[in-house]
Amino acid sequence: MKTIIKTIKTIKIDPLKCTGCRACEMACSTFHAKPQFRIVNPTRSRIRVFWDEENDVYIPILAGEYTQAECNSRYIITMNKKEYGECSFCRSSCPSRDLFKEPDSGIALKCDVCGEPMPEGGPMCVQWCASGALTYAPERTEEIELAEEEVEEGVEEL
Amino acid sequence: MRYGETGFNLEVDLSQGKSEKVETDPGLTELHLGGQGTADKILWDRVPGEVEAFSPDNLLIFSTGLLDGTPVPGANRTIVNTFSPMTNLHAHSVMGGFFGPELKYAGYDKIVIRGKAPDLVYLWIDNDKVEIRDAGHLRGKGCHETAEFVRKELKQDKVQVAAIGVAGENRVYMASIDSSCGSAARGPGPVMGDKRLKAIAVRGTKDINIARPAELFDVCMRLNKELAENPKVGDWMATDEDDSFHHDNFAWGNARTRRRGFWSKELQDRWTNLKYQHMDRQRGCYNCPKACHNVISWPGRKRFSYKCYGKDTYHMAAFQELDFSYDILGVAQEYGVDSYSTPQVIAFALELLEAGILTEKDFPGMPADIRGRFLYILERIVRREGIGDILANGVYHAARQIGKGAEAYDHNTVKKFEQLPIKLKKLNPPYFLMIATGEKMSITQIEGSFPQDPLPTREQREEFVRNWIACPDDKFKKWFLEWEKREVLPMEASCAITDWNEAMHYIDDSIGLCGFVSAFRGQFGGRTAYHVWNIPQLITLATGLDFDKDKLWKAFQRNRNLVRALNVRRGMRRKDETPPADHWAVRDHEYEQKLLDAYYRFKGWNKDGIPTKETLDALGMDYIRKEFEQRGILTS
Repeated sequence: MKTIIKTIKTIKIDPLKCTGCRACEMACSTFHAKPQFRIVNPTRSRIRVFWDEENDVYIPILAGEYTQAECNSRYIITMNKKEYGECSFCRSSCPSRDLFKEPDSGIALKCDVCGEPMPEGGPMCVQWCASGALTYAPERTEEIELAEEEVEEGVEEL
Repeated sequence: MRYGETGFNLEVDLSQGKSEKVETDPGLTELHLGGQGTADKILWDRVPGEVEAFSPDNLLIFSTGLLDGTPVPGANRTIVNTFSPMTNLHAHSVMGGFFGPELKYAGYDKIVIRGKAPDLVYLWIDNDKVEIRDAGHLRGKGCHETAEFVRKELKQDKVQVAAIGVAGENRVYMASIDSSCGSAARGPGPVMGDKRLKAIAVRGTKDINIARPAELFDVCMRLNKELAENPKVGDWMATDEDDSFHHDNFAWGNARTRRRGFWSKELQDRWTNLKYQHMDRQRGCYNCPKACHNVISWPGRKRFSYKCYGKDTYHMAAFQELDFSYDILGVAQEYGVDSYSTPQVIAFALELLEAGILTEKDFPGMPADIRGRFLYILERIVRREGIGDILANGVYHAARQIGKGAEAYDHNTVKKFEQLPIKLKKLNPPYFLMIATGEKMSITQIEGSFPQDPLPTREQREEFVRNWIACPDDKFKKWFLEWEKREVLPMEASCAITDWNEAMHYIDDSIGLCGFVSAFRGQFGGRTAYHVWNIPQLITLATGLDFDKDKLWKAFQRNRNLVRALNVRRGMRRKDETPPADHWAVRDHEYEQKLLDAYYRFKGWNKDGIPTKETLDALGMDYIRKEFEQRGILTS
């Protein structure tokens, strides 16, 4: 059996570089619209910038899995002497909040790394991010057994 | 269905405590675009010329730009229009940040506010749900402090808030409205205070429709990259630490003293260190790849952000250094005052003290040091305490209220508004016209497309005009190539340059583009990202309305004449179009008046600066002509 090493890429976030401009939200929401680009609405975005102007904290957060139950493993993060409670940086859409849900239907939203095929140039949020806060970069490598020719989206052959 | 815009305004009557969502006429978008253009049409229709700024019948209008909230990068302005107590004329005010797009996502192109609340309130707009809420507990709070309180109270972190500070509550004429990193100055702050409206909080989760989606996204994607890579757009002062331009050329104190050679390498290094020691990050406005705002943490003060010349005004007025601006900006921004006007008012007061027109008795308990004095006077102004109650009306009115010769110290206002402290030797003819005839009260809102000065050699000028894509007509290239001395330009060129400069601002203010990626930035290097050649395409793709360069230009002319008509109806005439006597050392009255005549003719205005019957009819604004005839402003 033939094996190859594949590099798995992922969207990496560097919050210190974020300017808080939310172009990522705009781009994601319109890219995922049906028909594509027909509407703009950051609430439909699968990436939202956590926003705390008072403390100068801007953190892009990618929508993760939907969870049916409210989380019971809540925690407090202390950053620059300010406490951020519970759900602040959570990626999930869940019954206890509006984040990462379609505003009209309530359907959960999840980042699909822009689906298949991946847009030329990478995920849309990364392409619109001028500050370098978002990058599409190698995360890990995997040894994969190849049964036949196959290409996975979001996976780049070395 | 409407594209690019929502097609609805929110009408709020604060006296009645009511609000209503009202559909707008799509025909007006074709004529005036949006933003200030359509807001001014409302002001024309609904605020008679006799209505005072502090009347409940005065309207305060928050507009989104036509392209706000679409993928167009840098289209995020909130435009605020009303009639100003300082000038008794049209108030033009814009701010960046996030408020405009959020309002559009809530389903409104504008908020039109009339009446006066019985007591301090704030407006909470949650899509279609609108509440007028008590704001007694927010009284006295800073602009950004108010935003934080409101977010906590509403338990909504994704809410945009525009608020006034203490200055606005006390109807200080220099009061601003602040939202995020944006600040709307030049008039609307005191009107918001007069209406007893402390803040507007908005949350929007609705769609904005795009007429030709894939094409628009494709163009915007390229524009976003171009903006990001183009050093000629955005605030170059965010990264270029050489600020000799303002410090060596602008006047310090009460717009009095030029300090040539003030700037030095040693100073630059010291200030650069100071900045980076205290800067948390550089921020951007909604959907813009530039990061123009320096966010500063200064010990003992609230965190603040500034851009461009805003970092210089306080320390230059006080003959201090950058650390003084850092010390006072966080205080002044929470009070909510215009950082261009306010330092001049304070410097003016101290000049009157020095001249003996005001005395120590007018400033009880004032510290002896200049920094302490600035903070002391700022405090009196925003609270309208003692002499502060007079100074809060700005230099022009304060000088007349104080009397005893104080009028002579009001040397830097036009149309009763404090101008940038620029005192030069020889007259640059388009600048004469812009300062004389501008109705946006600050040169920064008028200049911007044609370079401020000629380049020294023919080769450099040829290089400049090569690929000058933003240039709307080859005649500008010819004039620039032949331009050698600042003060020598053909009259026709001076008129056309002034017209082009202000055209771009009028377009930006109607579609919501920031001047730093558009109107203001062409003058430095000629490589602005937005211009008359690509803006029509963006409007067409976003809204579905067919626009080309000529139609865009006509919309500008309509919007320009609308502002002029609003002010003419309120009494503005040629006599008011006078730059400060000392703006240039070398003056030629006869030439200047000929220039003004030529410009009025160019604009289609009569000798008194009033749009003629022919001009108004050609723009389809015969409704203005008719009223002018009825009032005897024009003869029928």
